[in-house]
Amino acid sequence: MLSIATNPVVNTEEKIKLKTEGLNFYYGKYQALHNINLELAENRVTAFIGASGCGKSTLLRTFNRIYNLYPEQRPEGKIFLDGRDILDKKQDINRLRAKIGMVFQKPTPFPMSIFDNVAYGVRLYEKLPRGKLEVRVEEALQKAALWDEVKDKLKQSGAQLSGGQQQRLCIARALAVEPEVLLLDEPTSALDPISTARIEELIDELKGRLTILIVTHNMQQAARISDTTVFMHQGRVVEKAATEQLFTNPHHKQTEDYITGRYG
Amino acid sequence: MQWHYLKRRIVNFIGIALTLIATAFTLFWLVWILTTLIGKGWQALDFSMLVQDTPPPGEIGGLRNALVGSIMMCLAGVAIGAPIGVLAATWLAEYGRGTKLAAIIRFVNDVLLSAPSIIIGIFVYALIVLKTGGFSGWAGALALGIILIPVVVRTSEDMLLLVPDTLREAAAALGAQRWRLIVSVVYRAAMRGMITGILLGFARISGETAPLLFTALNNQFFSMDMSNVLANLPMMIFQYAMSPYESWQTLAWAGALLITLSILAINLSLRLFWRDAKKGH
Repeated sequence: MLSIATNPVVNTEEKIKLKTEGLNFYYGKYQALHNINLELAENRVTAFIGASGCGKSTLLRTFNRIYNLYPEQRPEGKIFLDGRDILDKKQDINRLRAKIGMVFQKPTPFPMSIFDNVAYGVRLYEKLPRGKLEVRVEEALQKAALWDEVKDKLKQSGAQLSGGQQQRLCIARALAVEPEVLLLDEPTSALDPISTARIEELIDELKGRLTILIVTHNMQQAARISDTTVFMHQGRVVEKAATEQLFTNPHHKQTEDYITGRYG
Repeated sequence: MQWHYLKRRIVNFIGIALTLIATAFTLFWLVWILTTLIGKGWQALDFSMLVQDTPPPGEIGGLRNALVGSIMMCLAGVAIGAPIGVLAATWLAEYGRGTKLAAIIRFVNDVLLSAPSIIIGIFVYALIVLKTGGFSGWAGALALGIILIPVVVRTSEDMLLLVPDTLREAAAALGAQRWRLIVSVVYRAAMRGMITGILLGFARISGETAPLLFTALNNQFFSMDMSNVLANLPMMIFQYAMSPYESWQTLAWAGALLITLSILAINLSLRLFWRDAKKGH
């Protein structure tokens, strides 16, 4: 059985943080997203589920425009962050990424100390005196529930930590910049169950303070941690609903087939 | 079934035997070269060699001037070639990846990599030596630098491409500009490989003779003046080994051994250093 998150059902009066309008996405000539129209509420956790290749990671990667690193990838349409179109040419892409943090499937510690890893993003935009920087790093590590494990070895290389610790380090690194939105691209799929549980607890603690978008292959995880769930299939959004409703009473046959394991 | 299995085992045996023979053949020459070098050069190799200059025929001397000249030109060559090579590799791996221009540059670089060094020598001779009116250490350093460039481009590009894209994405996702993420994350991750490549390039140019023939020439006396003819080990070896004097010939062998030992030392210290660095991390 799926355990269901007991969070309040999203009501329509909530503030919209992110909104897409007619969003298409192309890898070269291949179209991976078709006409995505979504509204995502502020300070909520939204989970994206669907079979491999359905476009959920691609969609996540449009919100911080990380696809920009690859010249052959391009979006079409509009994405609004607080009402401003971030696909607009005038949008400063690095400022955008300072507002929208991202954590990837595989932990990506930089080849530097734990402290420098967390301070990396902060140093890009703020010139803090050492003392204040130390406070920021500690706060971020506290929020990521990693402080107690690393407080005595901040100068050691981040690569020395275990996989689960590395992933929490990456979350701390993203939080240190104090983003408004956090994108999580299958953040626990490379981790063992205990590390996964710690990350899920962490997401639970963070919700309400920032908007979290999480892509996951694990439906129980989506059910446990999200307020809203979006089910995608072949580059299209099939259904978006309050998590409890989507998992107990889906509107679409495709959604039902997927969550009951008859497909995907 | 049985026969088929037996056949596979025979083919396997032949395959292993052939690779072993090929390895033994390669090692045979390497060992022979080393034993000859050590046998002939060892007796002349002592401390006085490092403090005395190349002698006139029949007198006792050392290799100080050639050693110092070689080190100066090789270091200057690295100072010229390594930054250009690293920057070119950075463009190829980070900015030009997948473009037609990058493919062309890579091809031209491979041509340059296999170009005979004497051609580089005569190029610098025509370009610098004839124009400035004389042989010089700087011309030698430039020739060595040009030879180093394609080596560094090749190794550095390979090392940069080994850095996973997820690391670049992670830095970009924090809002790091392209140049900043390259300098602070990608270079850091590829550092060991790139330094190894540069040092191997250093080893390669330390034995180059033909380009120095056209550029730095040689000098019997001690000098640190890069704007004039400069002594160097490869030219000294050439000149002394071909001479009729036995003491000169011995000195040439000692010089050859010295170059070989330095290259060996670079390689070994690199390995030890990285191994310790790994442990310390």
